[in-house]
Amino acid sequence: MDVKLGVLAGDTRAVARAITWVENGDPRGAEVIRGVYASTGRAYIVGLTGSPGAGKSTLVSRLAALLAARGQKVGILAVDPSSPFSGGAILGDRVRMFDVALTRDVYIRSMGTRGALGGLNRATRMAARILDAAGFDWIFVETVGAGQAEVDVHDVAYTTAVVMAPGMGDDIQAMKAGIMEIGDLFIINKADHDGADRTATQVESVLQLSMTTGWNPPVLKVSAELNTGIDNVVDTIERHHTHLVASGKLDALKIRMAKLDVLEILKARLADMMKQQLEQPAVQVELEKVASKQSDPYSLADIIFEQSWRNT
Amino acid sequence: MEQKIRVLVAKPGLDGHDRGAKVLARAFMDAGMEVIYTGIRRTPEQIAEVAVQEDVDVVALSCLSGAHNTLFPKVVDLLKEKGADDILVMGGGVIPEDDIPFLKEHGISEVFGPGTPLATCVDYIRSHVKKEA
Repeated sequence: MDVKLGVLAGDTRAVARAITWVENGDPRGAEVIRGVYASTGRAYIVGLTGSPGAGKSTLVSRLAALLAARGQKVGILAVDPSSPFSGGAILGDRVRMFDVALTRDVYIRSMGTRGALGGLNRATRMAARILDAAGFDWIFVETVGAGQAEVDVHDVAYTTAVVMAPGMGDDIQAMKAGIMEIGDLFIINKADHDGADRTATQVESVLQLSMTTGWNPPVLKVSAELNTGIDNVVDTIERHHTHLVASGKLDALKIRMAKLDVLEILKARLADMMKQQLEQPAVQVELEKVASKQSDPYSLADIIFEQSWRNT
Repeated sequence: MEQKIRVLVAKPGLDGHDRGAKVLARAFMDAGMEVIYTGIRRTPEQIAEVAVQEDVDVVALSCLSGAHNTLFPKVVDLLKEKGADDILVMGGGVIPEDDIPFLKEHGISEVFGPGTPLATCVDYIRSHVKKEA
């Protein structure tokens, strides 16, 4: 199987294997990205974030079903936490997505965070490029259940939706920074439950404090469970897309994404390089000096950093 | 490069008893593996498709309904059709001794019955998953 050609042809097995490679930092993943990158840029990437249990997975599956019914190909990258102790993970988002799991044009990939803290996996960005090259029209990126600081999705998606459920009023008050700032739209899920109107009002009142211009994030009430309001979400995402194009923001965003693609690769390489340096026997002696306070961490970091450059 | 073993824990057929599958899923996670759980009452078609989409190394099938002789080989056949016959398929649940040779002939690499220590299943996966160098 030529994975690169398979990805370009939209072959599921090739797409899946390519994502595994970029996730594992396998050099073959980099080769695939090099080979397919020119074919990216056509998919529209949407991020969904929000508290655990807000209904992100159910909502994503409803959105995917609706778009698939319109003849669109939909890719879903669903991130769940990895155990900080074993490094393993139980990736359970799929359990709530089985309605669409066998729809021909929907691909779902579960990812563990593997130690990343921003709500995604470090390879999520490149996995989205692979789905893009494979001809998916829409890519949904679902974060781990997020609190306030897991805002990485904003750097991966063109449109970010923050999903909430009724009954978290005080939380919203506390969320004026971080996650409340990255939403291009706010979705109050479980709108059939008590308190949905109140939550919507509270979100709106926090949003009114924002000084940004050009796009006022709409607050939508939906029920993923009952499958109501889903078309309104799609309409709003499309409206936001139109806004980004008309305002020229999409072009700026694409340059920003390119920069972040490069930054992600640089960060991974530097981290590998530094980790290797830290394992050197000579460094162990220095580490002991830091431990016994004969040296300090900044001084040792300076030495390691300089040596790394000299060795490359 | 960091390789993780990815395991699909799947419940084929009309069988609502998934305590065992969940205990195994947890054990695999604690062993550092990434586990995708299907939930109950899945078809062999769904399971094979998910296995391919998720690029798993192992499919661990659990069945307590007695339909294993039909359902387990079906999953193996469908994986082969999808060109994914390198995926290790193992089975467990309430499976009579007499059925085990039949299942093994049909591509189930190993069958684990009630009372199998969790470590046995974990070790089996670790020693049988061929991770590319």
